[in-house]
Amino acid sequence: MPRAPSRLLGFGLAASLAAGPSLGNDLKDLHFGEALFHAYQGHYFDALQRLDTELGQYHGLDEPQYDSLHYHIGAAEFDVGDFELNYRMHHRAGRAIRAVLEGNVDAAVRNEAAFRLARIHFQKDQPGDALQALQRIQGDVPREIEDDVEFLRANVYMALGRYGDAVEVLAGLQRSESLTGFAEYNLGIALLQDGQTQRAIDQLDRAGQVDARDGGSVAIRDKANLVLGTLLFESADYQRAEQSLDRVRLDGPFSNQALLRAGWAEVSAGNFERALVPWNMLAAREVTDAAVQEALLAAPFAYSKLNVHGRAALMYGHALETYTNELDRVDASIDSIRKGSFLEALVREEIRQDKDWVIRLRTLPESPETYYLMALLASHDFHTALQNYLDLEDLRVRLVAWQTSFDAFEDIIGLREQNYEPLLPDVDAQFRELDSQIRLRVAQREHLDERLQGMLTAPRPDHLATADERVVLERLGQIEARLADADDPQQQELRERIARVRGTLTWRLRTEYHERFTLAHQHLQELDTVIAAMTQSYESLVRTRQAATHSYVGYDVPITRLRKRVAEALAKVDRLMARQGHMLETVAIKELQARRERLGEYQAQARFAVADSYDRATRQQTSEVQN
Amino acid sequence: MPVIFRTLALALIWACSLPAGAVGSDREQMKGLDEQVQEVKSDVLSIAAELGRLEEKLLYPSNTQVAVFIALADADQMRLDAVQVQIDGQPVAHYIYSFKELDALRKGGVQRVYAGNVTTGEHQIEISVAGKLPGGADFNQTGSFAFQKGVEPKLVGVTLASPDTGQPAIAIGDW
Repeated sequence: MPRAPSRLLGFGLAASLAAGPSLGNDLKDLHFGEALFHAYQGHYFDALQRLDTELGQYHGLDEPQYDSLHYHIGAAEFDVGDFELNYRMHHRAGRAIRAVLEGNVDAAVRNEAAFRLARIHFQKDQPGDALQALQRIQGDVPREIEDDVEFLRANVYMALGRYGDAVEVLAGLQRSESLTGFAEYNLGIALLQDGQTQRAIDQLDRAGQVDARDGGSVAIRDKANLVLGTLLFESADYQRAEQSLDRVRLDGPFSNQALLRAGWAEVSAGNFERALVPWNMLAAREVTDAAVQEALLAAPFAYSKLNVHGRAALMYGHALETYTNELDRVDASIDSIRKGSFLEALVREEIRQDKDWVIRLRTLPESPETYYLMALLASHDFHTALQNYLDLEDLRVRLVAWQTSFDAFEDIIGLREQNYEPLLPDVDAQFRELDSQIRLRVAQREHLDERLQGMLTAPRPDHLATADERVVLERLGQIEARLADADDPQQQELRERIARVRGTLTWRLRTEYHERFTLAHQHLQELDTVIAAMTQSYESLVRTRQAATHSYVGYDVPITRLRKRVAEALAKVDRLMARQGHMLETVAIKELQARRERLGEYQAQARFAVADSYDRATRQQTSEVQN
Repeated sequence: MPVIFRTLALALIWACSLPAGAVGSDREQMKGLDEQVQEVKSDVLSIAAELGRLEEKLLYPSNTQVAVFIALADADQMRLDAVQVQIDGQPVAHYIYSFKELDALRKGGVQRVYAGNVTTGEHQIEISVAGKLPGGADFNQTGSFAFQKGVEPKLVGVTLASPDTGQPAIAIGDW
């Protein structure tokens, strides 16, 4: 039985990944939108870099509710976990989602977080932890994930060997539109694992006839038919096995297996001629496929059973030639991998631009090592390891680029220092002079304001005298002082005249007091405007002066620290790439050696069969001539 | 993300057809390496964050920083080919979109098309757009707007819309 629960359970994860980052119609935070822009292109490193920075700033604010990210904070907290998951950083994704779970959020959000956490545990082959996370789901569950939660629960039960529980959950999902094909198929498998073979066959029969609308559902329907056909074949129910296998599409990923098994079903039922139809079709397909290679031997076997030994001998001869060529090809692939060509091919930039790059690997010129690795490339563990290798290469390229940018930064800083350093002493001297003048004027203004405020309660007309009036008053005072001791009539007359002048001035000051007081306030307000403009210029000058300094001072320590961190990370990436690459090569070579072994067996069988068939053909011909 | 779902689902279906244990005993070793790869990714992300802050401080200090972002109006299906940005009459950005980038914009992503420096005060920004409308007609528009640069970083969000949406073809907003 070519299946294992952990693999089947992957469908649940796939289904739940359908929930992408939520985006409202009214985006309020451009940086969040920018993170989504990168994520939608599959650039998860860049997306994480943006979103991490945004979230870091948001959580560092005293009043985050006034930040534009606040409108999207729920989505952002989830998305960062999703991005990490897509970037294959399960540990961090788990932490991000646990943070949401432990936060003060409503039941729907908490339940979605628990679901996502369960999904991560499940993907990491930790079904026990996944079940624990699922058990935290209580109360409102967002409608769009309801089915996914239950589907995941069923898959977790299957991973834990609780097939009866899985059957119960999956039975409730048979009408789920989003899980069309998957829920039906997994129920069939759960029943089978639960020992309910007949019910499993009936269920797989239903799964094999679902009304599938998208590629995923159609493929799983093919898979259901293939599994059902195999089951029925093993139960010696060849006719129904044939019917089921016939339902598998001829252009789907399971068609080669289905054609091969359909042929064997016919052979088992004694219909050798009918077995030739699928096998001949299969024998004409891509020869690196294991089913095709088997068909190269199976088809002449059927001819020999039909006593068409001449045809069988020719086909065995063709098979022998093909196996010999393929063995050479596999040997060349192994040699090529050992020389490092496989890893070189993987990191070719033009290949990685294509979303179907794994498929395109097959068409790479001068890369024979990839011909036999398609199945291996598609396996989950190998695919993850491969993606990790590519991620490491991406990190390596970034780190190398950063190393060179430090030199550029230092150049910029050096140039700025050369430019500003000679200018700043003069600027600072002028600045200090200006600064003292500004402070003096501001102090004078404060003094005037205080006086005017005091005059509101204790009027002082003399304080509002004009400069000329103050000069006249002072002059009058000096004359009065000189005349103080004189008592002749002429001087007495002068004193009276002075008193009259003083009286006139006092009269004017007293009668014009209110007007002058209002005018003084107006002048003070006008002064305020001037001082405000002056203060603004002053602050601008301060900022510009600071900016000049900040443009080249204070970078030495962070650049040195970053240089060190980048160098350390690069060394770590290089080490890991070597190990990861070695691992990929080892696994690839093992796979090729397994294929080589199988090809060797086929070659031996073909060699024997070709001789045997020629003998039989010759005997048959002789017998016909004699008759 | 339906596309991811489908791709992964198909990959897994494919995987189901593999002989069990194709990777076999190497699985544990792969897992161990995977843990280490996750750690180094975390380290590099942290470096990227610190480097980003340093770069911003050094190259785009907040008192002169200006950034221009491009977004498509909600559900707009126009095919955006290129965007050109001029600030105070000087061309500062000319961007030609790939299919993936256009798709990301249609899904609601926002692209930072330009980051640079201007002095505080009033400035003019001119946005020129070239593309095709869903019906196949050419779409060429230019819009000119004034914006005020203060002492804080200036973010200019440009939203592009097809004529049939009833929204302005080019609109800018402050963030």
